[in-house]
Amino acid sequence: MDFRNAQELLALCEEHQLPISEIMRQREITVGESTADSVDSQMKRVLEIMKDAAFSPIKSPVKSMGGLIGGEAQKLSEHLASGKGICGDVLEKAITYAMATLETNASMGLIVASPTAGSAGIVPGLLLALQEIYHFSDEETEKVLFNAGAIGYLAMRNATVAGAVGGCQAETGVAAAMAASAATELMGGTPLQCTYAASTVLMNMLGLVCDPVGGLVEYPCQNRNASGVSIALVAAEMALAGITQLIPLDEMITIMYTVGRKLPAELRETALGGCAAAPSACEACHMCE
Amino acid sequence: MSFISVFDVMGPNMIGPSSSHTAGATRIGFLAQKMIHGPLKKVDFTLYGSFSRTYKGHGTDRALLGGIMGFSTDDMRIRNSFEIAEKKGLEFTFTPNEVETDLHPNTVDIHMVNEKGQEMTVRGESLGGGKVRIVRINSVQVDFTGDYSAVIVIHQDKPGVIAYITKCLSDRNVNIAFMRLFRESKGEIAYTIVESDGQLPEDIGDTIRQNINIHEVMIVQM
Repeated sequence: MDFRNAQELLALCEEHQLPISEIMRQREITVGESTADSVDSQMKRVLEIMKDAAFSPIKSPVKSMGGLIGGEAQKLSEHLASGKGICGDVLEKAITYAMATLETNASMGLIVASPTAGSAGIVPGLLLALQEIYHFSDEETEKVLFNAGAIGYLAMRNATVAGAVGGCQAETGVAAAMAASAATELMGGTPLQCTYAASTVLMNMLGLVCDPVGGLVEYPCQNRNASGVSIALVAAEMALAGITQLIPLDEMITIMYTVGRKLPAELRETALGGCAAAPSACEACHMCE
Repeated sequence: MSFISVFDVMGPNMIGPSSSHTAGATRIGFLAQKMIHGPLKKVDFTLYGSFSRTYKGHGTDRALLGGIMGFSTDDMRIRNSFEIAEKKGLEFTFTPNEVETDLHPNTVDIHMVNEKGQEMTVRGESLGGGKVRIVRINSVQVDFTGDYSAVIVIHQDKPGVIAYITKCLSDRNVNIAFMRLFRESKGEIAYTIVESDGQLPEDIGDTIRQNINIHEVMIVQM
């Protein structure tokens, strides 16, 4: 059971009457020459690591290696607890967990690159928030991580998930597309709706550049994990409402790749342009000295 | 195209902050120490390109040293690898080299000395997403990823040596996925790298070592 693009994936879902997550899980077992027990226990470990990485900095904030971030998750958490939040519970929690995960990452903590370290907060951010608010079990959450994996696989296979090749849209953009699709399935959407959600995200994050201050996975990466999670939530909501998309996911993946390759080198992880070249950022990071 | 697993997307499980500068660095260190008999006494890292400029902020130094001590990419001990190495009595240095720029942007040379005084230098490249490549062993250009179990044989460049190595492998029912020969010059030292699907028999190194033209055999299990 294998597929090369979203069209083939949707055909498999239709033929077998299965959700995207189960098609991806079956692919891992059959094409990946593994067993159901092995892939399920590996995914269990993925969720465990995601939870630790997302929850721990809320209680114990940590300064990053490069010193540019640290403590953001706790601030958001206290803000939500004070009742002054304006985003609503799901999004408030999602941005907290997304920023927390990047805090863990930037302080040499254990994370799951999903699909990359710099975008590691988005998939867990959204899914852990939904799990908490809507009381999903760990098994239900682990299951839709296969859905997220399917979307990430398509981007990896048919485009790129490297900021150095395609900019931030290839990292946080793909991560948000994965999160949107997985959230859509978790909340009862159809496979087609999942791909609409993913397509919407790539459209809305198209052209986003990769410009890390000092070349470090800290700033603006952490902010973009928070904004990525919100774009994912909006896209999932639209798909679940029955809004269809003119441009299907396969085309959006190609478009993202084409746009990414047109970005100048300064805006592809070289820390030579964008936010990385801002005078105040240069003053704060001292990397060039 | 090689198989992309769901855990290549939802993974690797790794100590942050960067798959190329931290996870990849750990992996290169890990593969390098497999090429020489331990325990190691001293290791010197020369960092090139982006590694040389951003290694402190990415923990590349701790990651490389952790890999040299056999840690995997998700091992929490990476954070304390300096202290752990000092306790073990393993000396280490890091030298940024910003002069040589005609290399892959994330390149490291690892010079290792073991307690018997044997030396080896390995050059690794971190390709992104935690993927790496060993491109040089001592002065010989090689190409080896560690994605498969591998037998690395250092031998004299003489007729019959390769046939001998493949015979040893076929006798033990090892299926060869890839096989390549690299040499300094004709008749001198050569490196044969055989990559295989699945695990290799633990004692395959001892079997291959029986031939007088074989100088050293190293096994890297997947």
